[in-house]
Amino acid sequence: MVPWLIALGAFVLIALWFAAVYNGLIALRNQVKNAWSQIDIQLKRRYDLIPNLVNTVKGFMKHEKDIFEKIATARQAAMAAGASGNVAATAQAEGALAAAMRPLFALVENYPDLKSNQNVQSLMEELTSTENKISFSRQLYNDVVTQFNTKLESIPTNVIAGMFQFKAAEFFQVENAVERQAVKVEF
Amino acid sequence: MEARVNLYQAKSRNRRDSVLLFLGMGILFGLAGALIGGGLGMPPLGGVAIGLAVAGIQGAVGWFAGDEIVLSMSGAREVDYAEFPQLFNVVEEMSIAAGIPAPRIFVIEDSAPNAFATGKKPGKAYVAVTTGLLDKLNREELQGVIGHEIAHIRNGDVRFGILMAVLVGAIVLLCDMFWRSMRFGGARRSRSSKGGSATAILFVLAVLFAILAPILAKIIQMAWSRQREYLADASSAELTRNPLGLASALRKIAHDPEPLEAANRAMQHLYIVNPVKPLEERAKLVFATHPPVEERVRRLESIAGFQRLSEAENLDSQSFAPSQGQ
Repeated sequence: MVPWLIALGAFVLIALWFAAVYNGLIALRNQVKNAWSQIDIQLKRRYDLIPNLVNTVKGFMKHEKDIFEKIATARQAAMAAGASGNVAATAQAEGALAAAMRPLFALVENYPDLKSNQNVQSLMEELTSTENKISFSRQLYNDVVTQFNTKLESIPTNVIAGMFQFKAAEFFQVENAVERQAVKVEF
Repeated sequence: MEARVNLYQAKSRNRRDSVLLFLGMGILFGLAGALIGGGLGMPPLGGVAIGLAVAGIQGAVGWFAGDEIVLSMSGAREVDYAEFPQLFNVVEEMSIAAGIPAPRIFVIEDSAPNAFATGKKPGKAYVAVTTGLLDKLNREELQGVIGHEIAHIRNGDVRFGILMAVLVGAIVLLCDMFWRSMRFGGARRSRSSKGGSATAILFVLAVLFAILAPILAKIIQMAWSRQREYLADASSAELTRNPLGLASALRKIAHDPEPLEAANRAMQHLYIVNPVKPLEERAKLVFATHPPVEERVRRLESIAGFQRLSEAENLDSQSFAPSQGQ
């Protein structure tokens, strides 16, 4: 009788442990998805804000046409990549858009009329904040991905992960060489 | 001089230290219950139960009414986005980085720079800053301060703090009960025939304990409070990835000569830098709610990879200029 009870007890404990580990992995995977959707929200905010700033500023800077063109193209590309859901492609396209925006920020700093305009100031604050929010949501995403992947790879969790085919998540990395270049501003 | 510490090491060290202190407090409380209960002739668990019950009631009041009390004591008023867009943006940025819902935002009309956070859990939290803070800090520094406050919310420091306060309260209560019973029941004990030397030794131990325990409990609580401040600093660095922003803000706040008008000792532990300044100098370091600002700045700079060559330069922002981004 007693050996049966011990075996049953051991079985129950192992089953509970199994369930706990599995649930932990599910929770982490959902955190990863949630963090990704946070990035998405901020990216969409940025898509909506950019045309506003560009229009406000265009009037002052009629001769800077190709900055505006580059921004429009990059924005379209980023929206398309985001819609596809591919992490790496989105990261790359977003990096390109951020790079296209930088000359615009630099220019605003150098036009005193523009800089002191109330609308421009609050739009710049919004854009700065949006860039920050994108940055932080990417940071959170990468932090959560790190936790998830670490759990996946550690013993003994990796055994259960393998059984249920949990896959490692990708980091949000910028592969674009353009993003890493120093910004050249020509007048 | 300790070795350079990175972000993650700083966090785990602080976390471990505060858990150890909590355990220490728990042990102290258990001993108090057992010894004093035993010294009084009660079953050991009886003492523990009574202490916890009464202190628990105090804790419950703190838990349920605490936020409103604290907010009204500080003179804070809730604000909306239109009034302070940059503040709202910074709070939202830090909440995103921490992965918690954004707290409600309050502003205190006071030219002294300071800030505090309170709240039972993320989602039911509040952050308050003074107008002085908003005027005197740049965006990067504001981000560091808000990061520190959001970190307090995310790390559950308010809850943890109430728990620690309940334990301290229970220990003080038990010791108090002991002294009262001495006055009323002491004569009876000397005529008791039971026990003998074992009871006498227990009694002496209980007396010693009743004298030392409240002081020891306070020391542990203050040490825990300091560890949580370091943890919030390190967490802020983790959120912003910019420890120098917070370091610069701390220097500015500590250097500011203006006193915070609504400051009082009941709330001093909640602010980012203790606003009851003269007390901080006079009080012995072991009873301080916050670590010294120079040490906080030094640790943040260590995370950033800087080591000061001379201590004298620590509070001098001229010898060291982080980029002043707007």
